[in-house]
Amino acid sequence: MNARSPVDTDKRLFVSGNEAVSLAARDARVKVAAAYPGTPSTEILEYVSRYPDIYSEWSINEKVSLEVAIGASLAGSRALCAMKHVGLNVASDALMTQTLIGAVGGLVIVVADDVGLSSSQNEQDSRFWGRFAHLPVLEPSDTQEAYDFTRAAFDLSEQYQVPVLVRVTTRICHVKGTLVTQDAVTAQPQAGFVKDPSRLVMVPGNAKGRIPLMHARDEALTEAAEASELNRVEAGERSDLGFVVSGVAYQHVKEAYPDAPVLKLGFSYPVPVEKIRAFSQQVERLILVEEVEPLLEKELKAEGIALEGKSVLPKQGELTPDVLKRSLEGGTSAAEEVKSAAQPELIAAAQEVFPRPPTMCVACPHLGVYYTLSKVKNTYISGDIGCYTLGAGHPWNALDTCISMGASMGVALGLDKGRQPEDANKKVVAVIGDSTFLHMGMQGLLDLTYNKGNATILLLDNRAVGMTGGQNAPSSGINLQGEQTAQVNFPQLVEALGVKKERIHKVDPYELPTLFKTLRDETKIDDVSVIITNQPCVLTERYKAMQPLKVEADDCTGCGNCLDVGCPAILVSRRETVIKPNGKEKELAFADIDTSACTGCNLCVNTCAPDAIVPADSLVANGYEALQSQNIDNLVVEVK
Amino acid sequence: MGSQGITNILVAGIGGQGVMTAAEILAESALSLGMDVKKTEVAGMAQRGGVVTSHVRFGPKVHSPAITSGEADVLVAFEPAEALRWINYLKGSGVAMVNTYRQSPPVVSSGLFQYPEDPIADIQGAREVHAFDAGHIAIKLGDRRLINTIMLGAISEQLPFDTEVLEQSVLKRFAHKSDQLVELNRIAFAAGREAAQGN
Repeated sequence: MNARSPVDTDKRLFVSGNEAVSLAARDARVKVAAAYPGTPSTEILEYVSRYPDIYSEWSINEKVSLEVAIGASLAGSRALCAMKHVGLNVASDALMTQTLIGAVGGLVIVVADDVGLSSSQNEQDSRFWGRFAHLPVLEPSDTQEAYDFTRAAFDLSEQYQVPVLVRVTTRICHVKGTLVTQDAVTAQPQAGFVKDPSRLVMVPGNAKGRIPLMHARDEALTEAAEASELNRVEAGERSDLGFVVSGVAYQHVKEAYPDAPVLKLGFSYPVPVEKIRAFSQQVERLILVEEVEPLLEKELKAEGIALEGKSVLPKQGELTPDVLKRSLEGGTSAAEEVKSAAQPELIAAAQEVFPRPPTMCVACPHLGVYYTLSKVKNTYISGDIGCYTLGAGHPWNALDTCISMGASMGVALGLDKGRQPEDANKKVVAVIGDSTFLHMGMQGLLDLTYNKGNATILLLDNRAVGMTGGQNAPSSGINLQGEQTAQVNFPQLVEALGVKKERIHKVDPYELPTLFKTLRDETKIDDVSVIITNQPCVLTERYKAMQPLKVEADDCTGCGNCLDVGCPAILVSRRETVIKPNGKEKELAFADIDTSACTGCNLCVNTCAPDAIVPADSLVANGYEALQSQNIDNLVVEVK
Repeated sequence: MGSQGITNILVAGIGGQGVMTAAEILAESALSLGMDVKKTEVAGMAQRGGVVTSHVRFGPKVHSPAITSGEADVLVAFEPAEALRWINYLKGSGVAMVNTYRQSPPVVSSGLFQYPEDPIADIQGAREVHAFDAGHIAIKLGDRRLINTIMLGAISEQLPFDTEVLEQSVLKRFAHKSDQLVELNRIAFAAGREAAQGN
């Protein structure tokens, strides 16, 4: 174990905020850690799983992960659960009552806000949960603090017998920085589970008695926040301007205004009002920098502290140095001046560069599903959260709604029951992935069957949590540690949820004619149908690449059908406009396949009438083989 | 180097090209020299063919992990349209190192958008630009994944530390895998370095 030694650069680790949290869990001797994958918090549990002393798991959803952590805490052990911001919405039912019980073993919830929405359906501010659930909130500003504060959170949790929220953001989770770890805590014997129904069994009579204790805890925690070293003043030369700031925005403030005094809030809730009041008297203009909501701002203004916040700063997105400068100084920032002093035509050219929206992977089994859905007319398609949300985009445009995990089921039922007369003939289709279905979709399907809904469900079982990088789930039959475990049987599961056996179909999404026919037949039937696709995520080891394909240029007629698949390996080699016999113009697009990217899934072959798509010769000579056959010199000559 | 002795490197490309690994290797080099380093990327959906940028900042003390627009000392672009997209991050005296191997997304293939006619020509007048076909070199060497080693070789002369420091950081990654991979990457690094000098 490394001792803290800032001078000795050899002892520094270079890790992300997520890895720092995992190292803190190790060194705080956490016994149980649980999470459901979600950007930007996914990697925390992946790293934790490397430590054999910690029991770690992928839970089926965030609520279950919190409940697992709660159980471990009540058993007397330290427990951590991690989730993205929207995950805490799911877990909040447990959270709002657990606050009355508190913590026995240290209980820390790391919640990662996706400020700037790099991969999320909304941008929300998890600091609210501290207020709502009467829990302390710690906000690290970098990798080192992600480690230090997570460890501090366990101590705080045990000292005050309270679950602690550690709020991180994308620019902490996914930023790598230097870290010096400290010795692990010494293992202490625990009492084990102690029966205490008046505390642990939250029936009204017992819960009533816990509420005053929670309020008393709030007061004690306020005193702790006022005294905490995590809330510190950093002196600055300026007296005209000062900042109160938490989270990664602290780093942005230090970058943009290195001479200004700063009150850095690390233990930001309960709010250390008196510390802030004292600081406010040291500067002429006090700016409160908080990412997302004007939460502290309202609280501090109610306390009569004069400051500026969201009246000058944006209410969404990151508060990076140039955003701060532009907001506070008005007009253009230094960077803007550089730009405008440069060539305006270059700026214009840069802004006109085509977008690169995220695409599905080459050979993704979802491509067949969305190709099919794009060809089926007269449908509403309710979507869900996962890679397949990309089906809303080009070229498929085959997704009409996306809200929250599992919502596609209930929304499908609502679209069915709430339909207006003009939509009487519309077919309702729902698209959901395996892990999203297990996370929160199962209940919705049960609601559909129980309430005699009419919808066709496409359950895309690729045996992985694809969007976050192909993590395992109960559909994989493999756990977080990579061990074989129970694998859910979807046909049996959906049958148990009330879907008739003859309405359940398992299809290969690469077999387009079968998929198309099954979908068409099932949407015609007034009942709940489930079509389960059965091919694995191409990011996982289950996927086996086949011989790549190429286009015989002479055979391609330019019809462009294969482009509708949306595979990123299919390119256009040239375009032509021809006049059809009826005098109308027709755009032709001749296709080419990037053979080095293609893995031979054969989907596009299904769409090619003239059979112009054929197996390619073997790949370009493999570099390692070339080396073995001592062709290095030849290769280098060719390079030149 | 920029203000307060900080060097800012922006690596830009497309998911799957090795942008993050290249940035990681740059960061490791600076770390090995005892500097403070921060590296950030906008990833998330990036492995789905989206744009990936990685910011690498190093110097005596780095605060913000994000490079401010107009403050990058070096822009390493793994694709020519990405060089154009991110050119405004580069300061006037900065250097752009560009792989000319084009990668069109489906929105271009299907005709919704046009690929810029000559993105290199667009940026060439405005900044110091070195451009060469790293993709072609990688394919010749037999593995598209070598693009990042080639690009690192290419910028190795533009950094505030010795070329050897960067090369060692690259090769170290493969040392535990196989001697052949080390050798292949050594060749790729040298090929990139040479190609950049010629352009």
